Amino acid sequence: MNLSSSARTDSSAVEPGTGSAALVAESPWATAWRKLRQDRAAIASLIVLGLITLACLLAPLYAQMVSGTDPFTTNLGGSIVVGGESRPILAPSTTGLGLGTTPIGPTGEFGPYLLGADAQGRDVAARLLYGGRNSLFIAASATLICLVLATAIGTVAGFFGGMIDTILSRILDVLWAFPIFLLAISLSIVMLNQTLRIGPVEIGSGSLVLPIFIIGIVYIPYVARPIRGQVKSLMSAEFVIASVGIGASSWRILLKDVLPNVVPRVIVFLPLIMALAMIIESALSYLSIGVQPPNASWGTIIQDGQSLLYSRPLVALAPGIAIAVTVLTLNILGDGVRDAFDPKSSVRIV
Amino acid sequence: MLYALVARLGQMVLVMFGISVVVFLIFFATPGADPSARIAGRNASQETLQQVREEFGLNRPLPVQYTLMMRKLFVTGDLTSFVNRGQLVIPTVLRAIPITLSLVGGAAVLWVLGGLLVGVLAGATRGSLLDRSLMVVSLIGISMPVFWLGEMANLVTQSRLHDIWLFSWVPALGYVPLSEDPWGWFKVLVIPWCVLATLYIGLYGRILRASMIETLQEDYVRTARAKGIGERRVMTRHVLRTSLVAFVTMFGLDFGALVGGAALLTEVIFGLQGVGKLTYDAMLTLDLPMILATVIYASFFVVMANFVVDIVHMILDPRARDVD
Repeated sequence: MNLSSSARTDSSAVEPGTGSAALVAESPWATAWRKLRQDRAAIASLIVLGLITLACLLAPLYAQMVSGTDPFTTNLGGSIVVGGESRPILAPSTTGLGLGTTPIGPTGEFGPYLLGADAQGRDVAARLLYGGRNSLFIAASATLICLVLATAIGTVAGFFGGMIDTILSRILDVLWAFPIFLLAISLSIVMLNQTLRIGPVEIGSGSLVLPIFIIGIVYIPYVARPIRGQVKSLMSAEFVIASVGIGASSWRILLKDVLPNVVPRVIVFLPLIMALAMIIESALSYLSIGVQPPNASWGTIIQDGQSLLYSRPLVALAPGIAIAVTVLTLNILGDGVRDAFDPKSSVRIV
Repeated sequence: MLYALVARLGQMVLVMFGISVVVFLIFFATPGADPSARIAGRNASQETLQQVREEFGLNRPLPVQYTLMMRKLFVTGDLTSFVNRGQLVIPTVLRAIPITLSLVGGAAVLWVLGGLLVGVLAGATRGSLLDRSLMVVSLIGISMPVFWLGEMANLVTQSRLHDIWLFSWVPALGYVPLSEDPWGWFKVLVIPWCVLATLYIGLYGRILRASMIETLQEDYVRTARAKGIGERRVMTRHVLRTSLVAFVTMFGLDFGALVGGAALLTEVIFGLQGVGKLTYDAMLTLDLPMILATVIYASFFVVMANFVVDIVHMILDPRARDVD
């Protein structure tokens, strides 16, 4: 048995008087990180996720160097040279009544229109990368907002108890009983119909801030309720009672005793909530009440591809695969993080 | 016991009231979301707006508007749509319910059976290759957006492979009532059922497996084994029974939410005019009476599901009976 695996997490493992023992207590963070590093599936997911993020961040470079067209302007009359012959980007339709146009399919060459064009003649591959930027950004920001607010609400409710707890818990109950998706849809529709003014800041309907806040808010009960429960049980734990006994202030107990025990649970929620946020963002955008044109997200591209589903299925297929792979890596990562940080927790969310 | 039941019912009514108020406030009290502007149409003159406000009672104080709407919904039952003039709200919702129930009910049968199969197989053979492959497949099922999966199912069964024997029976999108043509009802719903159930099979399989593995470490399982009870019986009577608690809890909540309209995306993709689609359409047009009716209907199912879950919980787990 090597040293690192025999190291214990609690400092009590180092018995006093054993002299210059090579055993150094490992912090819980180090233990968790060590466990996570040994989880090959989780590490592989982390790498894939990193690559996807990197690719999406390089979207402007791809649009400029490879596709050579602006993925946000329509290109109805253009044509490109594929394999030595010139082909129109939108060709007259050959199926059905011969009305309308069919966009160019995948060219099979690493260059313009690698994955073909959408109904407006825009490069699908470039839009996919730009859309990924928005999808990832919205999901990550919404997750952060959700976790910060939920931790605050859950901790305050559990820590102070009494009236504050009752009010906050009832509000969470009502939100909990509301089908989450319908809540997100109602908020989106109302917000899209107006320009919000918060002081000098003006949030237009095209702003990404709207989906971020809506998605961040709707998942709060899922995180806040378990955290409230945990804080409540921590409040009767012996080490907290001991702190109260020696006259520690509320702030000290909150910061030194309660929060350090809550944080691992919050971290376990991170990849899972982000996976959910990706899915709900794509659903809202698919229903055209999430990311607004000319901005793209993976959900809006699936929506663009719906009218081309039977003629150019790749337009809808590709962003769906992108979502599925990203969410899959987040879920695998979520399992790994849970096993590493909080193996006994029964965190479960849809 | 009776007291607990009454208290519980009171709580349910309170939650439903809370939800209706939240929805009302979302659509009426947010600054700028003036429903009269929506009803009157684009570029309506000030006079028209005023007229619309009078006609729909939108110039009254908010609590009065809320009470009036609730009375029309629950007491007189003659609440009409803001958008389709004269359309009664309650019959419209009632017409949509069988469609949603058909969709969600069939999918529920599939996902309970599938979830049980996946969970028990994986839990009983934990660590094996079978366990690991089942878990990977479940994770993939969880990770696909349902509307995309539905589109892909349509692509395959309606277009690409429609002409081969495997999918030539798939009818065009739409709904066929069970009472008119049971076989047609079944055929039209099979694909939507599978699409809707995919996510839940993966989810339930994973949850069941996790709680089975947890239960296997309980003392009473060791006791049962020590008493010499066969492994099969230990698994079914002791392990599975307690493990089902989490399963049943989730089922109640998910079923309630889906019947209440959360199956909206599946309904949209497959052209089913169910409650979810109705809610969505009403929200797009800010048709407040319709929104309130569908959302109260939805919250009723969610709250009821919570209630039923608690009772089933008590039946399954003797330890839960002693509480309160």
